Amino acid sequence: MTLKLPVYLDNHATTPLDPRVLEAMLPYFTQDFGNAASRTHAFGWRAEAAVEDARDGIARLINAESGKEIVFTSGATESDNLAIKGVAEYYGEKGKHVVTTVIEHKAVLDSCKRLEKEGFEVTYVGVGKSGVVDPEDIAKALTDKTILVSVMLANNEVGTIQPIAEIGKRTREKGVIFHVDAVQGIGKTPFDVKAMNVDLASISAHKIYGPKGVGALYVRRSRPRVRLGAQMDGGGHERGNRSGTLNVPGIVGFAKACEILEREGVEEAARIRALRDRLYDKLVKALPRVIVNGDMQQRLPGNLNVSFECVEGEGLMMAIKDVAVSSGSACTSASLEPSYVLRSMGLDEADAHSSIRFGIGRFNTEEEIDYVADLVISKVRKLREMSPLWEMQQQGIDLKSIQWAAH
Amino acid sequence: MAYSDKVIEHYENPRNVGAFDASDPEVGTGLVGAPACGDVMRLQIRVDDEGVIQDARFKTFGCGSAIASSSLATEWLKGKSLEEAGGIHNSMIAEELSLPPVKIHCSVLAEDAIKSAIEDYKQKRAARVALSEPPALARAEERPAG
Ligand SMILES: Cc1ncc(COP(=O)(O)O)c(C=O)c1O
Ligand code: FES
Repeated sequence: MTLKLPVYLDNHATTPLDPRVLEAMLPYFTQDFGNAASRTHAFGWRAEAAVEDARDGIARLINAESGKEIVFTSGATESDNLAIKGVAEYYGEKGKHVVTTVIEHKAVLDSCKRLEKEGFEVTYVGVGKSGVVDPEDIAKALTDKTILVSVMLANNEVGTIQPIAEIGKRTREKGVIFHVDAVQGIGKTPFDVKAMNVDLASISAHKIYGPKGVGALYVRRSRPRVRLGAQMDGGGHERGNRSGTLNVPGIVGFAKACEILEREGVEEAARIRALRDRLYDKLVKALPRVIVNGDMQQRLPGNLNVSFECVEGEGLMMAIKDVAVSSGSACTSASLEPSYVLRSMGLDEADAHSSIRFGIGRFNTEEEIDYVADLVISKVRKLREMSPLWEMQQQGIDLKSIQWAAH
Repeated sequence: MAYSDKVIEHYENPRNVGAFDASDPEVGTGLVGAPACGDVMRLQIRVDDEGVIQDARFKTFGCGSAIASSSLATEWLKGKSLEEAGGIHNSMIAEELSLPPVKIHCSVLAEDAIKSAIEDYKQKRAARVALSEPPALARAEERPAG
């Protein structure tokens, strides 16, 4: 057996660096270490050339018109902040209304919260059990004061893919700027800023087998040209959109990661989907009462988010400590509140506490999936034997009929 | 979150998992917590006529610290009088298991479960006595657990 423990199945949180990416980056730490803004010598020129190549490569992956539309950042958190606050600052005179969804990443939601403090109105469109927003609900939320719509390409917890093209059609008709947090979906599900009428898009290298601490914001330059109020002032880098010396090795690695996805993404998605389906099939064949959270079809190939009824998520994670996964359970968070994404989908709170997110990625093997499936099955059985809720449910007691002393 | 060795030990080898017949007059049952909060503990004691806990069982829906807290509680309960058992404080459980601050509420739940099991046993006993003895005596027995 060549199985190496622990098994990493948390590829939504971050991904390992692809060795090909590392190889591409290395020279830019040592011999080609120049500052891409140095115009007076070869060190700078070489760094600048690498950065410009990277821009073009990243632009190609999302079908942007040109590399000039790529603004490098420190990651998608910054990209989301720049997009939302930058649009609010530049277009705030036109109107003070923003539309987003309840399942966005905190980088989007908290940026919107900040705008609310500054006098903006934000509409948070809900999602149903499917975890997929209805484009009609977005359209209905638009008013003549709306300047921005922000919807993610794919959700980081339940992996549900949002109807970006349908939303883009409506925002374009209304002349509203459309930002997409594309972090989780890029290279895994089709994403085309032209075809989908996307104006701003956040991406992050470390979710696609690139390095941490580097990301980009796509900013459309024509039809319409989108402008931003800069959130980072300084030397005027990135056409004044984001000052700061560029992270050249990081950017080179980011572009290499995009190039690999462009070439191998489709094939890889099929392979990862097969692994995900294998895991799912094994679990539901062996275990009763396993609930899939969110739509199973409109979902990232590597995502499986399930609740094992009557088994608490953190308890299960402890039992499978040789497998790295995550849970929507409150016990894993400092706030003691279960995942806001699962709750906003209308999930029973107990089931939110029982959720486990498996995130399958490029380097996972069939052998690992089989190991994880067997381990999870045996531990869920063991924990159910220890669960008072399972016992009550088996006896036909309706858990909702009990007066629980909530604390 | 890194767990202490003692939490891991109890979690991997939980003591006294199971159930007693809750309708048995010698058994006291405590069911605390709520599914919506992510933790439910059921702790049961079997008490002899001398008021000494002969045996204990638990089942817990919760994190590893909650399972370890209830497992430890059942271990401690055996051989204790009801009064001694009522003196088990959550801080003793938290200390024994080296629980970090965010996990203190798991030990609080265990303490609640112990208290509630004792209370249940006492109520049952009081009801039993009320049936077989003159009413005046029954009232004397029916003291709150404190
Ligand atoms: C949907 C989504 N948006 C934004 C981010 C933030 O990205 P970064 O880690 O690059 O700041 C993440 C990663 O956690 C994410 O999943
Ligand atoms: S049961 Fe939730 S933290 Fe212990």
